Amino acid sequence: MMRIPFAAAVGLFFTALYFLAAIFAPLLAPYGMAEVVGDVWEPSSATHLLGTDNIGRDLLTRMIYGGRTTIFIATAATVLSFTTGSVLGFLAAVLGGWADQLLSRAVDLLMSIPSLIFALVVLSVMPVTVPVLILVMGLLDSTRVFRLARAVAVDINVMDYVEAAKLRGEGRVWIIFREILPNALSPLVAEMGLRFIFMVLFVSTLSFLGLGVQPPEADWGGIVKENKDGIVYGIPAALIPAFAIATLAISVNLVADWVLNRTTSLKGGRG
Amino acid sequence: MAPALKLLVQRVALGLMLLFLVSALIFVGTQILPGDVAQSILGQSATPEALANLRQELGLNEPALTRYFDWLFNALQGDFGTALTNGQDIAHSVGNRLKNTLFLAFWAAVIAVPLAIFLGLLAVRFRDRWPDKLISTVTLASISIPEFLIGYLIMYFVAVKLRWFPSVAMINDGMSLGEKLSSIAMPVMVLTLVVLAHMMRMTRAAILNVMQSAYIETAELKGLNRFQVIYRHAFPNSIAPIVNVVMLNLAYLVVGVVVVEVVFVYPGMGQYLVDHVSKRDVPVVQACGLIFAAVYIGLNMVADVVSILTNPRLRHPK
Repeated sequence: MMRIPFAAAVGLFFTALYFLAAIFAPLLAPYGMAEVVGDVWEPSSATHLLGTDNIGRDLLTRMIYGGRTTIFIATAATVLSFTTGSVLGFLAAVLGGWADQLLSRAVDLLMSIPSLIFALVVLSVMPVTVPVLILVMGLLDSTRVFRLARAVAVDINVMDYVEAAKLRGEGRVWIIFREILPNALSPLVAEMGLRFIFMVLFVSTLSFLGLGVQPPEADWGGIVKENKDGIVYGIPAALIPAFAIATLAISVNLVADWVLNRTTSLKGGRG
Repeated sequence: MAPALKLLVQRVALGLMLLFLVSALIFVGTQILPGDVAQSILGQSATPEALANLRQELGLNEPALTRYFDWLFNALQGDFGTALTNGQDIAHSVGNRLKNTLFLAFWAAVIAVPLAIFLGLLAVRFRDRWPDKLISTVTLASISIPEFLIGYLIMYFVAVKLRWFPSVAMINDGMSLGEKLSSIAMPVMVLTLVVLAHMMRMTRAAILNVMQSAYIETAELKGLNRFQVIYRHAFPNSIAPIVNVVMLNLAYLVVGVVVVEVVFVYPGMGQYLVDHVSKRDVPVVQACGLIFAAVYIGLNMVADVVSILTNPRLRHPK
């Protein structure tokens, strides 16, 4: 039985907490998501644990539903980014030649513009809906996954067992899914945590700028935006979702760090 | 100088080609939607006459390739056209805001760069002891925190609780340098924090990498003292990686600036871009996108150029 280091255990605990809260949001939330239940910016009390927001909705309820939206979008975008990025990365590595050149140069080009700027450019003409957000974020981020997947797969592709499989007459699909994928999985999984955090930060930033999830739907970045005017009057409502984003990101980071260390030490062991 | 010069020319040419392709990508990025720009500006309920008028005004009846090259040639001459929302000349609005943004980024860099290099050196000097551990913990925390959280935290405590600075970073030409600096103090603080940890970590890695090379060991073994080892052998070889780190982070500043400007309502490029994205003002977005991308690509290119110029192997070919 492996021992989980303290930092990783804390990370796992909080990550699980946030995910569970996201899944069971309708059961946990004390009020309706868009229900106005009190005065504007009430301080925290027994009826409203985190107080109320800029138009008198229960902040705890907004936070729980907001976390659900944020985590859902980030997870979907991460999955999209990983499937696109790793499939294309493996393909580039296996095919080589002009296909590799074409894909790699296209990725270089996309990565030469900061993701946030390019996302803003695209979102200026696209309707801002959840599927569009997931698509834009996932595809822009798949460039990073592509680089990693390709680099890992190029190394694996020259291994003797891959050579043996090729000589046996296996097709490319077999090589990719039965030879490369299992061996590339551990660095990819470690990277997945970091990409997920990046997605959470990305969607929160977009929503904060007013170009992500649209009201009345809640998400953490949007809650910051709605309550930011309170800051000037000394009302810290906007800091709560920002705090949630930071703790979720740090928790996932702690877990990812641990996975990364485990996999690299495994690799070291294999030589 | 010959091999270095050749590499330089190649690198600059590559940068220019990249910029050209990026301009095409930005143009295509604003054309890929179903329907067209006119439709998305006016919405689904627009009358056919209004649509036709706007298409005419935007030149949408021309083929896309013609429009692209018209746009590119005008942009190269500093003419970005006029904004759809208020009909103002984009180049004029951008000029002032670009100056403000560069002013902000400049002061952030002036503070962050020396601080990061100093702390990076500190981390190497005390490797695996508490200063190093503290630095890596802070790095982990800082890549997990969104820029706007750092912004609001600082605003909440420094501006609202302590009342040291105004909570909004207003700036205009009539202000003296001192007034301007006090007004941008908080955004500069945020930007510094955003890049500091990352820069520190990369500096640490770059110097450690150099210090572990064989020639440093040789220098130590032949009896040079610690100062000479660093000055004669480690320093010349770590200029390139450090400059690289600095440039990459300055490029990152360019993006961080977008969010920070919105937080502090600072009249710069980032705020201009975000404002006009939500208004779906495509010409402004294209212009800002192009300028941001150009600065980003430019800084990356400078990083490579400096590392070519400072590489002792390329400067003194065999």
